[in-house]
Amino acid sequence: MTDIPVTVLEPAVAPRPTAQERWRGLRTVSRGDVVYRTVLTALALLLPLLVVLIAIELVSNAMPAVSKFGFGFLVHSTWDPVRGEFGALPLIFGTLYSSLVALIIAVPLALGCAVFLTEFAPRWLRTPVATLIELLAAVPSVIYGLWGIFVLIPLLRDHFWPVARPVLRGLPIFSGAFYGPSVLAAGVILAVMVLPYITAVSREVLLAVPPSQREAGLALGATRWETVTTVILPYGRAGIIGAVILGLGRALGETMAVTMVIGNRHEVSASLLQPGYTIAAAIANEFSEAVSDMHLSALFMIGAVLFIITIAANTLARVLVWRVARGSAVGSTAI
Amino acid sequence: MMRGRLIRRLFGSAMTGATYGAAVLAILPLAVILGMLLVKGAGSLDWNFFTKSAVPVGEAGGGFAHAIMGTLIIVGLACAVGVPIGVAIGIFLAEFGGGRLGFAVRFIADVLNGVPSIVIGIFAWTWLVKPMGHFSALAGGIALGMILVPILARTTEEMVRLVPNSLREAALALGYQRWRTSLQVVVRTASAGIVTGCLVAVARVAGETAPLLFTALGNQFFSTRIQGPMAALPLQVYLYALGPYDEWHRQAWAGALVLIMLVLALSLVARAVVRAKRQHA
Repeated sequence: MTDIPVTVLEPAVAPRPTAQERWRGLRTVSRGDVVYRTVLTALALLLPLLVVLIAIELVSNAMPAVSKFGFGFLVHSTWDPVRGEFGALPLIFGTLYSSLVALIIAVPLALGCAVFLTEFAPRWLRTPVATLIELLAAVPSVIYGLWGIFVLIPLLRDHFWPVARPVLRGLPIFSGAFYGPSVLAAGVILAVMVLPYITAVSREVLLAVPPSQREAGLALGATRWETVTTVILPYGRAGIIGAVILGLGRALGETMAVTMVIGNRHEVSASLLQPGYTIAAAIANEFSEAVSDMHLSALFMIGAVLFIITIAANTLARVLVWRVARGSAVGSTAI
Repeated sequence: MMRGRLIRRLFGSAMTGATYGAAVLAILPLAVILGMLLVKGAGSLDWNFFTKSAVPVGEAGGGFAHAIMGTLIIVGLACAVGVPIGVAIGIFLAEFGGGRLGFAVRFIADVLNGVPSIVIGIFAWTWLVKPMGHFSALAGGIALGMILVPILARTTEEMVRLVPNSLREAALALGYQRWRTSLQVVVRTASAGIVTGCLVAVARVAGETAPLLFTALGNQFFSTRIQGPMAALPLQVYLYALGPYDEWHRQAWAGALVLIMLVLALSLVARAVVRAKRQHA
């Protein structure tokens, strides 16, 4: 008996893969997928990179002014390019003051519009009105400026002020002679410009208020207006504050329209009728005609201040809005 | 709530009426601005305005041809830079944006959206104009492109998100790879929306003046050389509006009218398409 070599045949059917192996098989991605994802991710990283680059360029160019003037830059009010002395207080004050005036005018109007669009307007009217208000945001800044110079300023000077003067002249914020270009004109223009942003975002916030909240308010016997003030607005409060801050960010950085109507004078004045100056306007006017490196550096420094303020305002606003209307891309559709 | 029922209801009605008033007041400036532009600008729109460039003060005629051409070129450059990057980032956010990086990029896009355009302008100056040694339309186009990117990223993301997931699942079930599913099914379905998003964004940057002040600078002569200073509609309107001559003011109004017609046409068309698309999706 010789040994017959026995060949063991492989089973014809491969063993059934375990659930784990099947899962892994589904998860493997082709090379194309890897490339696709890598390319998109790399492009997406350009955005953070851009923010970092802007910050670096602004800060490094501002360094000469920072080391020469230090903190005093922000609290002094002499701005003399010829003598090389720079203090940005009038610019910072003017920026905040004109934006504050804008918000005082725009916020009640914008909230009224948002409430109108979400609560009271007949359904067929909502979309057209919302579109028209959003179109205000599409009007270029330079056109607002043109309109400000040739329509708004004459209107305020020749029609508003002669009527309002006897009533308002005693107030310190309305002191002095009124020639036209002024913080008041800038505030009014800015109010028109930020109104669509505040309206659009607060409208989305109000839309995110659950209907059950409304129904509960009405069921307790509140009128529709009382429901708005006691239930809906408090529910969306954080988001509405976010909307207002978003508007503030826009107003702070607005350049052309403000430059054209604010009068561009380096002076701190509480009077709305006097000319003022803003950070953005000063950069627009003086940047390409800077007389010295220090002048340029000072402009970069206020530019950096503006950058930091607007980034902070926007971050705060987004966080607040997200708390209410989480997930929806608030504002971006409208703007 | 101790007030009488009638008083409460009357107060409610009065405040409801006040919100109607707020809406009217909000729309009023738009109507007034458009009206003024038509009244003051339409009269100066003639053949010369579109075919001639600026002439020295005192000479009759002259137009905005150089500025119109400049705006077209600069906005074209902005699109060439901003559209591919912006759309790609939008696709990233919609397709892979669930994680921490997606959150961060979305957030930064929103924040960048709120950065004043003048800041982008001085950044473009230090980054492009200073190293190149001269003002140029190219730098202006890139500056506008930087503004375009975050806007486009967000609108593209929204448009891609509107595509129903069943389409994606169907393509994957048929054995499509993920990248092909994404590009050939998902993005293609959203393409109309993406295009309209581009139109809205372009409408916005076409009216920007501040980033062009230190980049494209402006030019009184007709020029198509992108390495040199170039005029643009908003720049020309700004210059003429601040100038001392009535003839300049007249032309500024006409230029503003052309600019706003361009911008409003783009955004209205875009809005109409987006709305139609949303109702379908």
